[in-house]
Parts: sequence; C-alpha cells; structure tokens
Amino acid sequence: MSLEEFTKNLEQELEEIEPGTLTPETNYRDLKSWSSMYALIIIAFVDYHFNIQLNGNELKSTETVKDLYELVKQKGA
Amino acid sequence: MHSCIKNISIKGLSVCVPKQIEKTDLYTWITEDERKSFAKNTGIEERRVAGATVATSDMCEKSTRSLLEKLHWEKESIDVLVFVSQSPDYFLPSTSAILQHKLGLRKDIIAFDINLGCSGYVYGLYVLSNLLTSGNLKRGLLLAGDKSTLSTNFKDKSTYPLFGDAGSATAVEFDENAAPMYFNLFTDGSGYQSIIIEDGGARNHISHSSFIEHKIDEGIERAPKHLALDGIEIFNFALKEVGPSIKELMENSGVAHQQIDYYVFHQANKLINESVRKKCRIEPEKVPYSIQKFGNTSSASIPLTMLYQLKNALEYRDLTLLLSGFGVGYSWGNCLLQTKGVICTDILEIE
Repeated sequence: MSLEEFTKNLEQELEEIEPGTLTPETNYRDLKSWSSMYALIIIAFVDYHFNIQLNGNELKSTETVKDLYELVKQKGA
Repeated sequence: MHSCIKNISIKGLSVCVPKQIEKTDLYTWITEDERKSFAKNTGIEERRVAGATVATSDMCEKSTRSLLEKLHWEKESIDVLVFVSQSPDYFLPSTSAILQHKLGLRKDIIAFDINLGCSGYVYGLYVLSNLLTSGNLKRGLLLAGDKSTLSTNFKDKSTYPLFGDAGSATAVEFDENAAPMYFNLFTDGSGYQSIIIEDGGARNHISHSSFIEHKIDEGIERAPKHLALDGIEIFNFALKEVGPSIKELMENSGVAHQQIDYYVFHQANKLINESVRKKCRIEPEKVPYSIQKFGNTSSASIPLTMLYQLKNALEYRDLTLLLSGFGVGYSWGNCLLQTKGVICTDILEIE
C-alpha cells in the first residue's frame, strides 16, 4: 500500500472528516473531530490491513499520517 | 488448554437487567461531538444502571426463580451452583452461599464463586460442565453477571458510559444425548493492570486516599477505588489473542465456519468486536449484538446477547454456537456447543 492509498483508506475509516481533508502531512491529532476514539480506529485500521499491532507508546511517537505510515513500514509491513 | 466435554446440555436461559436506562446522548461529562463519536464507535446507545439497593446477586436471583419455574425444575433438584462475578455481595462469605439460602436450594449442594469478568461466562460454563459430565451430579446453575456501574466514576469517559449492569442464569444438565462441547481457555496475567480496581483488596488497603480523585487525562478523572481501563492495551490484547484462539478451537474441534450458526462474543465494544469479526472473516449476520441497548455487561454479556437477539432461534431451532469471552485478567476463552430447544425467559427487569 502506497502512502497515498494509506492516507485515503485511513480517511475513509475516520468517517466524520470531509473527503480530501487528510494528507500525508496532516497532524491527525489536530483534526477538528479528533477524539481518543481515533486512536482505537487507527489501531484497528493498521491491524486489519497489515496484521500489525501498535501499542500506546508507538502511537504517541507519531504526529502525521506519514509518520504513522513509516512506523507501520518499519514494523514489517 | 483445549478440552472436549460430553453429556452436557444447556436447558434454559434467563437474564435480568435494571429498569433504569442511561442514554449516551445524556452523558454530559463529554461534548456532543464526543458523545456521537463514542456511540458510533462503541455501538452503545444506552445501558441499564442498577439502583443503590440492587446487587448482582439480586438480578441473578430473579433470573433463576423465573427460569426454574419455566423449566419446571424443582429447586431440590439442583446439585451445583456456580456464581461468576466481580461484584459480590460481600468480601466474604461467597455470594453463592447467600444465593443457595435465598433460593431455598438443598444443603448438600456444591456452591462457590468464580472471580472473573468478561471471560467469566465461558469459564463458568467449562467448570460447571466438568462437574456434571460424569453423571454423578445432574443439574447445575451458572449465575453470571456484574454490577459494574458500582465501580465506574462519572468523570471517567473511558469507563462510565461503557458499562451496564446485568445478571444471568443458565440451567445446565447431564444429558447422554448431548453433542460434545469444545473449549479452549487462556490466561495472561501480564496484562493485569489494564483493567483494574487498585484499592480495596489486600494489596492496597482501602484508605482515605482511595477516594481522592486524580486527573489522569482529558475527560478521565478517577480515584484508586474506581475501575480503571486502558483502552489501547485491551484493544491490542483482543486483536492479538481472540481471533487466533477462535480459529484454533475450530481447527482442533473439526467444526467448520459453515456449520456455525452464530458467534456470540462478549460485548466489549463494537470497534473491538467488529475488528475480531473481520479478522476471522465472519459475516456480520452471524455476529449478534446487545451492546447498543445494554453496554458492556461483563460476564452476563454472552447470555444477554443470546436472549436479546437469538431467543426465537434458541427455542425453536437446533443451533451450533461459538461463544467467546475475553478481557479483564487478561483472561479469555471460547466454547463451541450445540443447543436444542433451550427454554428462554424474556429479559426480566428489576426496580
């Protein structure tokens, strides 16, 4: 999955946000609709597509969608 | 642990919930947007909350009385009573003894408590079925449930809107014509801090500081005597362990996905359960939910979901079910079983 596809697919999971809002550079915690639920949605998304589990500290180490993508790649996807 | 138990049949099922409803919409500790996001992702629209005078055992007692009557089981015919809960009446004695007395059951009965939560129904069913499988004892009652709202703090958005109260009764009987039941059960105490009430036991005695609330995070304030829950850790535990354990049970028991009518999961939250469902490639119509109306009801969630969504099928059809309980401990387990003409009460209510 390319970074662009990753971004697009993640955006679909975060249903409350307008299409096109999410870019690789977006700091996902700055999203207007950000809530702690998003952390779980991101974990579920990564698990489903890559069979990789992100723990709380790993998630905290990321800010942008690109950071997240790189973390997933680094973990073996 | 993988095990096959023969000669056991579930004969009846009953659940009792408090009459009082609390709606997610009216949980004013968080913003309207957060409430919407919470309801959408956890699936919880409302849940039942017991009043100050109602204990778990009261809900289980009401379920049992109604079930015994509907089954036409004499109370003298009960040989075993297993009470599964993490909200007992007292530290001691065991709540099962109180229930034996209140229900007027025989004195030569085996009655004891099991201290488990989300996995408790599957564990309780395993223990009770093992006691009955030899045929020396014929009839058993599995009473499982919790008054989780006793321990949650209103100012903790990670627990308060999640849990509902419920108590269940399952009638189990020695039956030489029954199909074998398959179980696998697991424990990993390395995650014991992920769902915990820190103060009040022998490790951290109850003291003045047990009642002092601390701010843990945005929207999360609680005291050490309250229930604490680490959502991310639990989510990862469920993703890692539950799906593979379900697949393992199916492989070891030789039962194929096509043969299973329904997968009844502990109602943790919709996001977790849907992730497990998708991971196991199970169709949505095979996975019933009760969480939307009752929240996470701990060890009562599996029988409550069965009664809420499958009552008619349980009564009139032969079903193959896979039950899966997972959570606090960590403790998890699955059971594959067949049912035939289960006597069901309605979902009862208590004031």
